[in-house]
Amino acid sequence: MIDWLTEPLQHPFNQRAILAALLIGLTNGYASAFVVLKKSALKVGSLSHALLPGIAVAVLVAGLHEWSAFLGALFAALLIGLGSLAVSRGSRLDQDSSLAILYTAAFSGGIILLRRLGVTQQIDEWLFGNIMGLRDGDLWTTFWISFGALGVLTALHRPLLMTLFDTEVAATLGVPIRALNYLLLAVLIVVLIASLQAVGCMLALGLLVTPAATIYLLTDSTNTLFWGGSLLGGLASAAAVLIGWHLNLEQGPTIVLVLGAVFLMAFIFSPKYGLLKKASAHDL
Amino acid sequence: MPVTHDSCAHCGHHHELRVENLGVRYREGLALDGISFASSCGSCVALIGPNGAGKSTLLKAIAGLLPIETGKIIWRGTQVAKWSREIAYLPQRENVDWQFPITVRGVVRMGRYPQAGWWRPFSASDEAAIEHALAAMGLLDLQNRQISALSGGQQQRVFLARALAQEAHVLLLDEPFSGLDHPAKTALAQTLRDLTREGRLVLAAHHDLDTVRDIYDEVLLLRRKCLAFGPVVKVFTEALLEQTFAQPANAGKEFA
Repeated sequence: MIDWLTEPLQHPFNQRAILAALLIGLTNGYASAFVVLKKSALKVGSLSHALLPGIAVAVLVAGLHEWSAFLGALFAALLIGLGSLAVSRGSRLDQDSSLAILYTAAFSGGIILLRRLGVTQQIDEWLFGNIMGLRDGDLWTTFWISFGALGVLTALHRPLLMTLFDTEVAATLGVPIRALNYLLLAVLIVVLIASLQAVGCMLALGLLVTPAATIYLLTDSTNTLFWGGSLLGGLASAAAVLIGWHLNLEQGPTIVLVLGAVFLMAFIFSPKYGLLKKASAHDL
Repeated sequence: MPVTHDSCAHCGHHHELRVENLGVRYREGLALDGISFASSCGSCVALIGPNGAGKSTLLKAIAGLLPIETGKIIWRGTQVAKWSREIAYLPQRENVDWQFPITVRGVVRMGRYPQAGWWRPFSASDEAAIEHALAAMGLLDLQNRQISALSGGQQQRVFLARALAQEAHVLLLDEPFSGLDHPAKTALAQTLRDLTREGRLVLAAHHDLDTVRDIYDEVLLLRRKCLAFGPVVKVFTEALLEQTFAQPANAGKEFA
């Protein structure tokens, strides 16, 4: 059993991958509480898809560097997020529909462009992640993004929580609602970009929703939701890297699959909100 | 001679809420037009009028949730610029996400955020205010419950407790009695009377005309304009009510 843990850790790429999985899982898990409480999973999913065309354009313009991909992804997510707002305000269409049109169109453009730029081998990484290919520099980038995102979210915990629970009352207590909503969205986009390396833009949404959604079925305490979400995100991601190594599975999909399995257990067995509990309550 | 109250003992003068010529725009028209009235601590005021008369709009405007087109709101001699910690707005029950993972105590704690700021840990006086608010609303035994595991009357008291923790002097309530069963209504009426007697100013949108005389001191008859304002005995009369409710309201849609 101990060997199962120690053997993979002899390889430096495994050490890096597990450390990165812990960091990314922790940050995503914490941030996922905001996504679940805000009920905005679909919006965040659209933005994660919007990262790919950004990378494509950045590679076209500036070539393939760490930072060109990062900045391109950031820019594309902001552009599509704000663009959908502009379309919904300028027409009778709602924002979700506008967002769906913009991101699928951009995503298609991104795929077509990337296939013609001679970076075929990286496309899979951007779509589904490649945490084993991590270098030391990537690990530091991940660290600083996690540190910054967790810092901002923790510092603004009180006003954010008030806004999510009760927007109107928060406004009557002097909380700048609109500014906070934009800031939260910006932080979520940065967190998405940080998780690209681990799970890619197709699966990033899973990591940014499932941890807190699972804990949501298990607790009534807000603090438990946030810290339980981060703990679950970090541990499940790290465990998935090990499982992937032993069973020779792709790590990105394994992370999301492990989280999905844990969610399923909570959905069925949660002592308070589980399926079994509900079924037995019906029988009484 | 103004009456003095325990809850406003810290500053000797009379606490007055004065609304002057208040107008609030809704789409092309005015949802509220030229509303003027003044009331002070120790009074329980009913806002009465047909649907769409602007009851919710008036409460939200005083709370600082809606932009004001004309006029001003003056509390204790100073114009309320945007918001005031001393004015608490209680949402309608159907607008609350009761599944939110938060306990009774968690909601009441939010009342101290304006004092504690965004970062500062809660001080002993913050904790004391929370404890006091929970005790005053009879929620100490329920403080660790999730908010959906409460009765309607208890849920209403949670938000009152938050306003108490906030040390608000003006309580704005939007249809607080709607959806409550009879015993809960009686209990809430008593609670509002107690809060008023301790020196708070309570403003509530109210639609059950049968209970107005038992609960309130003053009545504001509203239909986009202020039709009448004054003590219950003077304003809550057949003739004035007829005038308020008689013709179909054309005040435009009320803000949801």
